[in-house]
Formats: sequence, structure tokens, C-alpha cells
Amino acid sequence: MSRIVGIDLGTTNSLIAYMDKGTPRVIPDHHGVAKVPSIVGMTDNGLIVGDPAKAHLTRDSSRTIYSVKRFMGKGLADVSEELKYFPYSLHEKNGVIRIEIGEKTYSPPQVSAMILKELKRRAEEFLKEDISKAVITVPAYFNDSQRQATKDAGMIAGLEVLRIINEPTAAALAYGLQKKTQGIIAIYDLGGGTFDISILKLKDGIFEVLATNGDTHLGGDDFDQRLLDVLVQEIAERHEVQVHDQPDLMQAVRLAAEGAKVRLSDEMETTVVVELPNGKYEKTLTRDAMEALVMDLVERTLAPCRFALKDAGLQAGQIDEVVLVGGSTRMPLVRNKVEGLFGKQPHSELNPDEVVALGAAVQADILGGHNKEILLLDVTPLSLGIETMGGVMSALIRRNTTIPTSAKEMFTTYADGQTSVDIHILQGERELVKDNRSLARFQLKMPPLPAGVPRVEVTFLIDANGILHVTARDIRTSEAQSVQVKPSHGLTDDEVEGMIRDSFQFAEEDIKIRQVIEARTEANAIIVATDKALARASDLISAKEKAGIQRVIQQLGETQKGEDHRVIRAGIAEVEKETHHLAEVLMDATLKEALESKKVSEFVK
Amino acid sequence: MARSMCWHCQSEVTGEYLCGQCVKVQPLSKDLDYFACFQLPRLLNIDAQELERTYYELSRTFHPDFYSTKDESEKTISLGNSAFLNSAYRTLKDPIQRVEYLIRLEAGAVKDIRSNPPADLFEEILELQEDMETFRGLSSEKSSTERTELRQKLQREREHLEDRQEEMEKVLQEKYHEWDQLQTANPDSSEARDQKNIMLRNMQEILSNRTYVCNMVNELLETTG
Repeated sequence: MSRIVGIDLGTTNSLIAYMDKGTPRVIPDHHGVAKVPSIVGMTDNGLIVGDPAKAHLTRDSSRTIYSVKRFMGKGLADVSEELKYFPYSLHEKNGVIRIEIGEKTYSPPQVSAMILKELKRRAEEFLKEDISKAVITVPAYFNDSQRQATKDAGMIAGLEVLRIINEPTAAALAYGLQKKTQGIIAIYDLGGGTFDISILKLKDGIFEVLATNGDTHLGGDDFDQRLLDVLVQEIAERHEVQVHDQPDLMQAVRLAAEGAKVRLSDEMETTVVVELPNGKYEKTLTRDAMEALVMDLVERTLAPCRFALKDAGLQAGQIDEVVLVGGSTRMPLVRNKVEGLFGKQPHSELNPDEVVALGAAVQADILGGHNKEILLLDVTPLSLGIETMGGVMSALIRRNTTIPTSAKEMFTTYADGQTSVDIHILQGERELVKDNRSLARFQLKMPPLPAGVPRVEVTFLIDANGILHVTARDIRTSEAQSVQVKPSHGLTDDEVEGMIRDSFQFAEEDIKIRQVIEARTEANAIIVATDKALARASDLISAKEKAGIQRVIQQLGETQKGEDHRVIRAGIAEVEKETHHLAEVLMDATLKEALESKKVSEFVK
Repeated sequence: MARSMCWHCQSEVTGEYLCGQCVKVQPLSKDLDYFACFQLPRLLNIDAQELERTYYELSRTFHPDFYSTKDESEKTISLGNSAFLNSAYRTLKDPIQRVEYLIRLEAGAVKDIRSNPPADLFEEILELQEDMETFRGLSSEKSSTERTELRQKLQREREHLEDRQEEMEKVLQEKYHEWDQLQTANPDSSEARDQKNIMLRNMQEILSNRTYVCNMVNELLETTG
């Protein structure tokens, strides 16, 4: 049995983890960093993913895709409000969003697949073996279409997705395993784009989810957006620069906002700096001001918590432990609100960025047959039903039902000789069809008989992934009927297959391009850094040494234009060798400077 | 459990859910009811802890997580068995769903949804519906005192109905004991069968009244906010 990895496919960051002799571990890159920014850049030379793509965001924003998770399993109408923030154009085809980059268009699962491939490649390099099977996490409150889209992304990336697992439950697995906890725990998971609350009962190795709730459109991105709006307006007032008209600058301001928000979790005050075409914008921001900006958003997470408690039949006081997951729970405001609601201090010992990926690795281990002690019993987050007369939804499977689960419904005809019945499947908690999520439609074939005589039984089965399967059987003949379900916001099987083919075709090419791009990015970074160092240290080294360094930089500048990554790497090594002494000299100078400034400050005192 | 042939190795299945020969999981019998699935007699008082223990144990036998590396047929069986087990547990865990299921099982009656209020509540409900209609008609800006007063009245009514619901559940609880006694004493005499049928009808009556009151309470909650 080949290895199964666990993947946290996040809105802002993604991680991949594996099981190392009973302990889940995240897989780092060469620099020891495990987080891969969920950003994809399309450059003239090919595809870049992760940190290089993040750097690309402020240089070529219209060809850099971020937060694609927000588009998974959705139509254009679902995201109309935030369209103005995204630097690329979107359109819709067969209910699925398509992202336009230059001449090409990509579906969200295709873009997610690019991130998955990067993670897969990273794992293969680290573990020195082929990876073809994975468990991928999704927000617990993801509906059927969003789960299916995630599964499609895995397939396009060449991964067999053995399980789609909910993020808070994954976190509970990692947490429960480490802490050997028993009792009732609440997982509060506020990530970059989504919010989930799950309440679980842990007993003798069984992780039973009692209830889950959430908001798939609420997270750290929205916090950034609030600050972004303030900055954009101030920049317009003070510097007469319209950020909205400059997509690259917009991304720079967005990243500055994100950075300030992150710093304010540790500091009480911070300065936001944005380089503008006509000067520099600076703003001092206090934690109080930031909290005021996002207060209502944080408070919006509390209602789902109360609903989940109610569905679990529990009072807040009956929760034994509250665990925080997701980068946004680093905000002191979030911690205070959660503590206020549950009346106890939440746990945050585990790295909130990594715990979901670690849990996915634990689940992968269970599926691989290596762990018989632990069993996760999860629930479906939303009620599933069908459209009935008058545009009303009739629920067949209630929310928070343990999965797998199935419901049977009998259908017949209203007119003599009627040969088909149209069925519309929905997900949601509202009374009317129009207020719920349309999942899919299908046509049930009926034998041509007098009205009311045909009897066709349809089974709606939600599997352990939270994904729906529909089967039908004619009761009179006992014959099974194949059902062609047409998803409202999903790719068809043919489309997914086409995308898999495309992705294979480019795979080899991609690897070569990637190696060149990585080497080139590094070369350019080194050239810039060395130029800066030379400028600072020009009087600290000999003219001869300086000339030598300038020569190797110039050479690297030429070689990095080439298409062979090994040649570029050799050039980088050459520069590193040549600048070794310069680096030492600079280090000394910096230390001295630091000491001197200290003396000055002492003198001032 | 009905004895049958293993779908895989064709030997007689002697084990509970797994074939004794090839250890493949067996599909649950189509005739299996929820009580039998948990190896429980058809009684209405169930030890919740014990039910949970059995549920966890059976989940460990059937859950698809443990069949991920097996072939398609086994995966399908595990999925079907697991879905059935989950429905069984959900139904038996909840006292109301449990009795509704038992009635369906014993009397074959489908849940009838009452459209008229229970006789003893008839007048009260009629007045209540009129009040709700008036309340909905009052705009929030004007006639605010009238609105507040009516809201308070409706809230009192709701509390009253909630009390009624509680009473019904208490009566139902007593019936549970009676049923269990009868069921354990002598389930096969024709006298006992008649008695049981009367009791089932009786419980059915209480249940439909309870559902009616429940829906009324929910409607009141929605109306007054």
C-alpha cells in the first residue's frame, strides 16, 4: 500500500503532512518553511506557485491568482460582491466560475490543482517516493458542490483523493491524539476565508462530531479588506492616488494591510508603509483601531457557535475544552470573544497553521489501515432536500446527521403516460427553494402508465466525504435505473477528464520551467542584495575585491537569462563564494553600528 | 441474525457480521430492523450509555474508514451498513423518534400529520391563531403599545403550550413503562396483542397531539421573534 499524505488546502496557505512512525509531521521546503502560500502566478515562462507567486502578486497582479478557494463550487452570482477586489476578470460557464488570465481561462479546481501539484512535488522530493494518494481537508461548512470541486482538483493534480475531511475535525484528531483528551471539545476554526465551529465528543478513540456550523465566507481575508478600504481611501485623500485603478499597487496595499493586521496581534501599535508612485504613505495604527474595524466580523462568528451548541443539545458550560485553529485566531480580540462565549480559556498550544494538515495525516494513516484505534464519525453540515410543489424545499436528510447516511424517497407520476419526473436537489436550512443552494438536477425515467401507478424509489446517500450519490430503482420491476445528475455549480466528468489530460501534457514541461524560474528568482534576489551591499560597503573593501564582485554579478545577470537551471545555479554559487568576505565585513559594520547607536542613546539619557 | 451464504467465498456465514471463512464484511439483512441491529428487544426504555457503546463497537466494524484499502464490493457493503447503522442509532437515541419507529414497526402505521388541533385545545388554539394574525397585521412603528401587549400575551401562550408539551411527554414516558412491562411479560397471547394494539394507538394519538403543539410553539416563536 503506497503512502497516503494529508493536505490542508487553505484559502491563504496550504500544507502537506505525513505520518512518521505514529507522529504526524508537516513537510517543509529547503528553507524549513512548511506553509505554501495558496497563490499561483502565470508568467511568460510558465507557472509559479507559492512564495515566488506571492512576490509576483505586486508586479503582475492580473496574472496572479490568490484565494481561489473562495470560488470553489460557486457561480459568478455567489461572488459578485467581492469582484471589485480581485485583479483578474471572471466569467461563468455551465454554472462554474472561470478565471481569465491572458488568453486562457481556468476553473477554480484547475488552479487548486496547481497548488496541490506543488505540494505533491514537495512531498515527493522530501520523502523520495511517488505520491498518488491523499486526504484533503475542506471547511466543515462546505456544501456538496464545494466538496466535489475539491475532489476534482485532486484528480486534476493526479491525486486519488481517498477522503475529503473537515478542517475542524482534522484539527480535533491531531489535538486529541496529542493530548489524549476525553470529553466534549469545541473547535473554533477561523482561517483566511472561512469560519467553522465543530463540537465533538471524544471517548475511547472515537471522535464523534455532535454538531457543526459556520460561514464559508468569513475569515482573515475579510479583516484585511476592512483595513484595505481605509488605506485606499486615505491614500486617495492624502496623495491623490486612486489605488483601484492600479491593480499591482492594490495588491501591495492589500499585503501591507495583512502585514499590519498580523503585527497587531503581538504589538499594540504598528506603522503601515506603502510606496506610492509619487511618494510614501505612512499610517500609524493601534490595535484598538484595528479591532474596531473588524469587531462586527468577529462577533458574526458567535451566532454559528450558539447554533452548533443548540444542535448538539449542550450549554456553553458543558464544553470541557475549546481549541483554536486557523491563523486568524492569533488575534487577541478573537480569543477574548471565544473565551467570553464559552466561559473558559481556549487552548492554542498547537500551531494553528499546521494542526489541520497534521490531522489530515492522522486520517490518512487510519485509511491506510495503520491505525485501528481511532475512528472519526463526522456529520453533514447542511440539510439536504428536494424541491416540491410551490417552490418549497422538503428536507430528506437533516443537518448534523452522522455520515454516511441515506434517505429513500418514492416518486410517481401526476399524468397518464408521463415518462419522466424532474428532480431538483438542494442544500440549506431555509423554507423556500430560492433561499437554498441548488446542488443538482436529474430526470427520473418513468414507465408510461396511468398517473400514480409508477413507483420509482430514489436513494440519496451522503458518503463519508459528505458527497452525495443518487441511485434509483423501479419498485415494480426491481430494476435499477442509472441517474445522470447534472451539478448546478460543478464540472462534468468529461470536463474533469479533459483537465486531467491537459495537466499531464504540461507536467514535464512545467518541471523544467519551474526549475529555471526558481533559479532565476533566486539569482535576481542575490543580484539586488549584492548591489545594495556594495553600495553600503564600498569604502569597507578594496577596489580589487569590489571589481571582482561586480564581475561575477554581471556574469550572473547574463547567465540567468539562459534556459538551463544548472548553469544559473553555478553562477549563484560563484557569487556566493566571491561575496563571502563582503558579507563578513558588513556583519561587523552592522554590529558596530548597533553598539554605537546604543551608546548614543545612553548618552541622551 | 438470519444465516446466509457469504457473497465472497460462498461458505455459510456463522459469524455476526463477518464471514467466518474469509473474514469479509457481510451486507446487513434487508429485514433487519433498528432494534435487531442493536440486538435489543422492542422496548421503549433504552440505556443510552449501552446504546452508545454498541454503536461505537458496530461503527468500528462497519465504518468505510476501515475499508479504504479493500475492494469495491466491500467498500459498498461497508457504506450501506454504516448508513443503516447511523440511521438506527439516530432513531433509537431520541425517545420520540424511537417510539414513532416502534409504532411504525409494530402497527405499520405511517406518521399521520394532524391538521386539526387536539380537542381539548381547540378553543385556545383558535384564539391564538387570531391573535397571531392580528399581531402580524400590526406595523412595528404604529400601535406599539398594542403590539407589545399582544406580544406578551402570545409569549405567555407559548409558555403554556410548552408546559402542555412537557405534560404529554410525561404521559408518554409512563406509556413506555407500560409497554415494556407488557412486552416482557407475555408477548404472544392474543389478549396481550389486543392490549398492545390499543397502547400503540394511544401513543400514536399522544404523539400527533405533541407534534401539533410543537409546530404551534415554533410558529409562535417565529411570529414574535
